[in-house]
Amino acid sequence: MDTQTLTWVFVGASFALYIGIAIWSRAGSTSEFYVAGGHVHPVANGMATAADWMSAASFISMAGIIAFSGYDASVFLMGWTGGYVLLALLLAPYLRKFGQFTVPDFIGERYYSRVARVVAVVCLIIISFTYIAGQMRGVGVVFSRFLELPIEWGVIVGMGVVFSYAVLGGMKGITYTQVAQYCVLIFAYLTPAIFISMLITGNPVPQLGLGSEAGGEPVLQKLDRTLVDLGFSAFTTGSKSKIDLIAITLALMVGTAGLPHVIVRFFTVPKVSDARRSAGYALVFIALLYTTAPAVGAFARLNFIESVHEKPYAAAPQWVKTWEGIGLIAWTDKNEDGIIQYAPGAPFEGRAAFTGEAGPNGERLLSNAPTANGNEILVDRDIMVLANPEIANLPGWVVALVAAGGVAAALSTAAGLLLVISASISHDLLKKTFRPQITEKTELLAARASAAAAILVAGYLGINPPGFVAQVVALAFGLAAASLFPAILMGVFFKGMNREGAVAGMVGGLVVTLAYIMWFKSPWFAGANGPEHWFFGISPEGFGAVGMLVNFAIAALVAHFTRPTPAAVRAMVDEIRLPRGAGEAAPAH
Amino acid sequence: MNASAAEETKKRYWRENVKLLCALLAIWFAVSFGAGVIFVDTLNAVHLGGFPLGFWFAQQGSIIVFVVLIFVYAARMKQIEKRLGVGDE
Repeated sequence: MDTQTLTWVFVGASFALYIGIAIWSRAGSTSEFYVAGGHVHPVANGMATAADWMSAASFISMAGIIAFSGYDASVFLMGWTGGYVLLALLLAPYLRKFGQFTVPDFIGERYYSRVARVVAVVCLIIISFTYIAGQMRGVGVVFSRFLELPIEWGVIVGMGVVFSYAVLGGMKGITYTQVAQYCVLIFAYLTPAIFISMLITGNPVPQLGLGSEAGGEPVLQKLDRTLVDLGFSAFTTGSKSKIDLIAITLALMVGTAGLPHVIVRFFTVPKVSDARRSAGYALVFIALLYTTAPAVGAFARLNFIESVHEKPYAAAPQWVKTWEGIGLIAWTDKNEDGIIQYAPGAPFEGRAAFTGEAGPNGERLLSNAPTANGNEILVDRDIMVLANPEIANLPGWVVALVAAGGVAAALSTAAGLLLVISASISHDLLKKTFRPQITEKTELLAARASAAAAILVAGYLGINPPGFVAQVVALAFGLAAASLFPAILMGVFFKGMNREGAVAGMVGGLVVTLAYIMWFKSPWFAGANGPEHWFFGISPEGFGAVGMLVNFAIAALVAHFTRPTPAAVRAMVDEIRLPRGAGEAAPAH
Repeated sequence: MNASAAEETKKRYWRENVKLLCALLAIWFAVSFGAGVIFVDTLNAVHLGGFPLGFWFAQQGSIIVFVVLIFVYAARMKQIEKRLGVGDE
C-alpha cells in the first residue's frame, strides 16, 4: 500500500476507536458528564491528563522550536512540565477534596460571591477559546498535508469526531478516548525518534542518544560546531536574557497549573491521595514525550543541514519538494549556482509569495525581494516532526502513524477544552448564577447544547483564524497565570483572603497582562516590539509572571482594608485542607 | 480524642504539609531556575557524557527531578496522614 492509503487506514481506524469508546461510555448524569462520576483510576487519569495537556503544539511544533532555537527552547520544556509540580503540591489535592465540578465552582464558593464566579468563567472562556482555535487548525494542517484534503475539510471532519464523543460522552467519554489517544500519540512520537536515534548514534534510547557520539564526536558538540561554522549561535547556548528566560518559564509553569481543562481532570479521581499520585503519573506520561523532544529537535536540525546545505537543488531529497509544494519550504537561488545554501537570517522579505512558475532548477519561483544575507532556504519549523520520518527515510507506515498521532494530540486537547467551556456555561452560568431552578436533566441537556455550540465556534476559528491568534498563545498561559492560579492558591493557603481581595486581584492581574500582551502583539496598537521596549526586558510571553505578582499584591492590599472572611468560609477552608472524607464528586445541595 | 486534641492534630498536619512542600519547592526552583537558567554557564563547563551539564538540566534533568518530586510528595504525605490518622483510606 502507498503512504497515502496507509494514512487513511491509520487515521480512519483511530477515529473508529474513539467513536466506539464514546458509544460504550455514554454519560447518564451531570456528575458523569462533568467529572466522569469521580471514578477514574489515577493511572488512567494520568494518561488522560497527558493527552489532554499535550496539544498539537507539543506534538507538532515543540521539537521544531527546539531544533531552531536550541537552549532557548528550554523555557517550554521546563515551563510545561514544572507546572505539574505546582499542581500536585499546591492545587490538585485541595480542589479534589472540595469536590465540585468546575474551577469557577471553587472560586465562587470559596469567595462567597457570584461576581467572583462570573469573573472566573470569563477568564476560563477567554483562555480556552484562545487555545482551542489552534487545535482545530492543527487537525486541518495534518489532513491537508497527509490526506491532501483542503484545511477546511480537515477541520470539519475533526469537529464531527469531537462532536460525537464530547457531546455524547461528556467527561466520561472524553477520559477514555483520551487514554486511547495518549497511546496513539506516544507510540507515534517515539517510533520515529527511536529509529532516528539508532540511525545517527546507534543508541535506541533518544534521551541517551542525544548525549552519545555520532561519527566519533558527541552529537551536541557536532551540532554546535556545524551551526557556528554556518554563522548561527551554538545550539547549547541561548540568546535570550536570563530575566526573560526566568519570566517565561515561570509564566508557563504557573499558567500550566492554572489551566482549567488540566485542573478539572483531577476532579475525576476517587480520593485526595489519588489526585497527588495521578499528577505524578500524568507527568511521567508527559515526560516520555518531553524528554524525547530535545533529541528529535537536535537530530532533525543536524539531518536537515546535512541533507540540504551545499547540495544541488535538482538532487535534493523528495521531502524538500513535497513540503515546498505546500509552501512550508521555499528556496530562492540568490547566487544562481543551482546549489542550496543555508545560513542565518530570512532568505527573502515577508511571507513566501509563489509566482506559480517554475525556475531553471524546477523550484517554485518567488516574487519576494531577496535579502542581502547568504541564506537561500526558508523552512517552517512546524514541519520538523511531520517530515522527520521522510528525512530519515523511514517506511510509509511510520509516516501514517505520525499523522494519526498528530490528529490524536489535537483532538484530545480540543475535547478537554470544549468540556470545560460547556461545563462553565451550563453549570456556572445557568445552574449556579442565572437559572438555579433547572433540573439535573435540563442542566445535562444545556451542557450538551453548549458543547455543540462551542464546537461550532471552535471550528469557525479553526477555518478563519483571526490574524493574530497564533501570536497570542502566550495569552492563554499569561491569563491563567495572572488570574486563576493566584485566586485558587490564596483560596487554599490564605484563609484571610476575602471576596473583595480575590476579585480585585483577578481583575487587576487579567487587565495588566491582557493590556501588555495586546500592546505588543495585537495589530490594533502595534506597540514597537523588542527587548528595549519591554518592561525590565520581560517579553509578552513572560508577562504572565508579572501579572501574577500584580494579582497577589492587589489582592493582599484590598483584603487588608475590607471585611474579613466569614467564619463559615474559614471552616470550609479547614475542611478542604484535610484529605479525609473526599467522597463522591457531587454538590452537597 | 477530644475536640481540642483534634484541632491540634489538624494544625500539626497542616504545618508538616507546608514544611514538606516548601522543601520540595526549593528543589523545584533549584533544578529549573537555578541549574537550568541562573547557573547554566558555570555548569556547562562540566560534561555529563556528551551533555554540557547546565543544558542537560534545562532540557532533561529538571523534568526527571519534577517527576521524582511529585512521587516523593505523595509518599511522604501518605506517611504523615497515617501517623496523624487524618488519611483518606
